[in-house]
Amino acid sequence: MNPERRHLLGLAAAAVLAPGLRLVELAQARSPEEAASALRRWGLLIDVEKCSDCDACVTACHEENGVTGHGRPATDAQWIRKASLRDRATGHVQTMPLMCQHCEHPPCVDVCPTGASFKRADGIVLVDKHTCIGCRYCVMACPFGARSFIHEPVTGQKPDVPRGKGTVESCTLCVHRVDRGQIPACAEACSQAMVFGDLNDSSSEIHRRLKSEPSTQLRADLALNTGVRYQHL
Amino acid sequence: MASAVQYREIEGRSGGFYLLLIVLGTFIAAGLGAAWAMEHQGHVITGMTNRIVWGTPHVFAVFLIVAASGALNVASVASVFGRELYKPLARLSGLLAVALLAGGLAVLVLDLGRPDRLIVAMTHYNFKSIFAWNIFLYTGFFAVVALYLWTMFERRMNGYTARAGVLAFLWRLVLTTGTGSIFGFLVAREPYDSALLAPLFIVMSFAFGTAAFVLVLMAACRWSGRPLGDELLARLGNLLGIFVAAVLYFVAVHRLTNLYVARQLEFERFLLVDGGLYTALFWIGQVLVGGIVPLVLVFAVRSRAALAAAAGCVIAGGFAQLYVIIIGGQAFPQQIFPGKDVSSSFFDGVVASYAPSLPEVALGMGGVGLALALTVVGLKVLPFLPTKA
Repeated sequence: MNPERRHLLGLAAAAVLAPGLRLVELAQARSPEEAASALRRWGLLIDVEKCSDCDACVTACHEENGVTGHGRPATDAQWIRKASLRDRATGHVQTMPLMCQHCEHPPCVDVCPTGASFKRADGIVLVDKHTCIGCRYCVMACPFGARSFIHEPVTGQKPDVPRGKGTVESCTLCVHRVDRGQIPACAEACSQAMVFGDLNDSSSEIHRRLKSEPSTQLRADLALNTGVRYQHL
Repeated sequence: MASAVQYREIEGRSGGFYLLLIVLGTFIAAGLGAAWAMEHQGHVITGMTNRIVWGTPHVFAVFLIVAASGALNVASVASVFGRELYKPLARLSGLLAVALLAGGLAVLVLDLGRPDRLIVAMTHYNFKSIFAWNIFLYTGFFAVVALYLWTMFERRMNGYTARAGVLAFLWRLVLTTGTGSIFGFLVAREPYDSALLAPLFIVMSFAFGTAAFVLVLMAACRWSGRPLGDELLARLGNLLGIFVAAVLYFVAVHRLTNLYVARQLEFERFLLVDGGLYTALFWIGQVLVGGIVPLVLVFAVRSRAALAAAAGCVIAGGFAQLYVIIIGGQAFPQQIFPGKDVSSSFFDGVVASYAPSLPEVALGMGGVGLALALTVVGLKVLPFLPTKA
């Protein structure tokens, strides 16, 4: 087969297959009418040992969700942050991403007076931007400092990610992407250290690894059963 | 005899009266201006951050709400425990309770990120949230105290005063339990997470409310030229002293218990030894000025001036105590990774910095101004104050 003919066939195959692959993705996605299913439990597995000294996950998250700062870290929204840990006894240093842990028993949901903080059936913890009154009780209750109060007017919002001054927000596990059958932006940006998937699906990589390898939950003493798990912490 | 007590509105025509209203009105206007600025520009103009999400407005709001419950002490002692001496003051006690609560709630609501969504808070409830319960406890308090006052004002209803008094007494115990539990239920934060905060807030309410009542009573009687008996003031002083001692007791039990919990040691060291401003506010503001000095003043010095000074000290110490509880409790970093030093762009692992801003102080003082203005107007339009006490 001459190279030109091979190239043409390759293009033709791509033209036929690519829409097909896209169709498979769409077929796996939830339709807007279909409710989130309690049969699923979305989660993340983060291997701290493979987490390098970069902030690709933070950049990808904030770009995907239109989270821009004003150069004021004390009041700017931070949906995900890199934390550096140093063991006091040994001096062992690690770095890891920290965000909403999507608890099965979320303290933020318990304390919210209006029910704006809520947990979807598939385990994703969200804030309803229409009923949040900005009381910040959820920020007080979160064990992980995962929530941000919006201190300033917001510009450049993404259509999928409504935001607003005077309300509270946090990592949504990129719910708009998950509902389209995609994975969260952070996990896409860092495939070596982060795995996204359905904790309940025995065929998923996250389930298999949690079954066969040791992992930990942050603040396990609170028995919140977090959806985000860590390894080698 | 209680029936012989004469009540009369204050005259409210003097220059001093209008000057007082102008001063209080200025505070209210400044508070509204601060709330407007915060609503338009966002909380970025305050000292609050993502680490200190509850700031000075919450210190004022919680103080006023807690003091509101305690301001009803005098009425409760008269109606529930049958002390005749206090009966002439029961009406003022109810008025001050309602006014302080209104001032505190105004601050709380105007500090919300979306105060325009108050209607959402009134129509969407999550009954697992103590905040949602508090909405009913606070609005119910207005209704219960209004009913209680009606049984006192309306001669035909006087027979029901004792029963209404018991209802109001129980309601305010539950109300302050709810306020203390806002913090007590924060399971993930070492400085809070204790059932002890509910009874602590109840005794704090007794102390702060009695102190506020003593000062308002002395000012109202002096400025309206009405006599105030020495025996009554001496009794009020004893009551205040007992409540102040009770607050010190609960604080001591809380701290000593925590000192036995390894997980709590770092916070206790921060609070009691090396927390800088918070340590100073705890020992000097809360314990010395808010506790020991008023005890000496009411039990050893014993005079009118000493009682007024003691009440002032209890209020100052109360603000220090709430500043330490609310802001110090948030400034201390959350213990997510025990045994590790943590650093991040979110200021994990370090004591969060915070300084009260002008809009926050103005909003808080606006609440105080509103509470006192409502009291002053109440005294002028209805016979709350006895002609002699």
